[in-house]
Amino acid sequence: MTAALLLLADGRFPAGGHAHSHGLEAMVASGRVRDLDAVERVLIGRLRTAGLMTAAFAVAARDGDPDRLDAELDARTASPALRTASRRQGRALLRAARVIWPDAPWVRLPAQPHQPIVLGFAAAAAGLTDDRTALAAVHGVATATASAALRLLGLDPFAVQALLIRLAPELDALAAEAVKGDLARGAAPLTDLSAELHATWEVRLFAS
Amino acid sequence: MPAEILEPVHTHPHPTSDPHPPLPRLDRALRVGIGGPVGSGKTALVAALCRAFAGELRLGVVTNDIYTTEDADFLRRAGVLDPERIRAVETGCCPHTAIRDDISANLDAVDDLEEELGRLDLVLVESGGDNLTATFSKGLVDVQIFVVDVAGGDKVPRKGGPGVTAADLLVINKTDLAPLVGASLEVMDRDARARRGDLPTVFLSLAEDKHAKPVADWVRHLVDHAR
Repeated sequence: MTAALLLLADGRFPAGGHAHSHGLEAMVASGRVRDLDAVERVLIGRLRTAGLMTAAFAVAARDGDPDRLDAELDARTASPALRTASRRQGRALLRAARVIWPDAPWVRLPAQPHQPIVLGFAAAAAGLTDDRTALAAVHGVATATASAALRLLGLDPFAVQALLIRLAPELDALAAEAVKGDLARGAAPLTDLSAELHATWEVRLFAS
Repeated sequence: MPAEILEPVHTHPHPTSDPHPPLPRLDRALRVGIGGPVGSGKTALVAALCRAFAGELRLGVVTNDIYTTEDADFLRRAGVLDPERIRAVETGCCPHTAIRDDISANLDAVDDLEEELGRLDLVLVESGGDNLTATFSKGLVDVQIFVVDVAGGDKVPRKGGPGVTAADLLVINKTDLAPLVGASLEVMDRDARARRGDLPTVFLSLAEDKHAKPVADWVRHLVDHAR
């Protein structure tokens, strides 16, 4: 299953992630995030909130009630823009996953599902364990944020990769936390506000 | 000597002749990708095609270009296209990725147009302006048009790249500027033929031909065959 984990977690998996900065584009435009140190703080913040939540919900979706979990995620995502972003990414992941695993029980998913719910279903279809489902989820949040930061700030790609490697133990710890069965919660108000501000812009490079 | 060798050799394919086998019949709109470098005239070509097909085809447009409300206003004021028929896709600074490696946002935009507007005949997917290496995935579009322009230099066709060499139609725009920028249309024509084999190329001045007639004829031919 190791290869399946790598393929599902790969940033090149075609599920629309490249178009989302989750508020980072607005943080950069406001001048609050200018360098790698600030990116590190944003990354840790996102991992401990969105990362942990994505992982916990992806694990729960493997044998939980997808409708209830979808509603629980709505309740935990204060920003309507980020709710929309999550559902758009869920739709994109579902489009890819239906082609890859045509026999998985996609019909059980609610309409326009949140991304973590689809991720849980996709991980189950790929035969991943709970641990690896959680790892794929936190990895996805980390690399998506780092990649958006690289593009928005023109950072040194080696330095960004070194930062991600340095955070690897944190990713492992969050994945281990996510499989304990508690539906995580955690909010990042500045991310929510940035995402809401971003949604009002006339011209955006990123979808969120 | 056999007589046929004395026949003049016609090396410049007619733009409406297509060396590929015909497209299979589609139960959805024909999707045409329009790519090309920044400023070559992609948006102008979209506007010209909208003008050409107004009242004739049920049309939708997905644009990956940086899209302002002024752009929508321009198309609406020109009577070219209702804003509800246009969808903008944000590419996260990855214009190639959005049309080639990860096409999901573009497919979602096409699906949304068809869901909200009903059956369409033609969807134009405009790429974000970038360079000569862009190419559309066959999972996103049925055929693709690559637009370059005379003012970008007459060496562009010789540089090749997948857009110039493999696009189903190459459009060389702004022919009216050739004398002003010292570009040779003959050189561009010769190099395009060398690069493209039997694939068609058209020369165009969108400043003069507001309906992009040779391109519209080519697209109309494909739409007729696909439905």
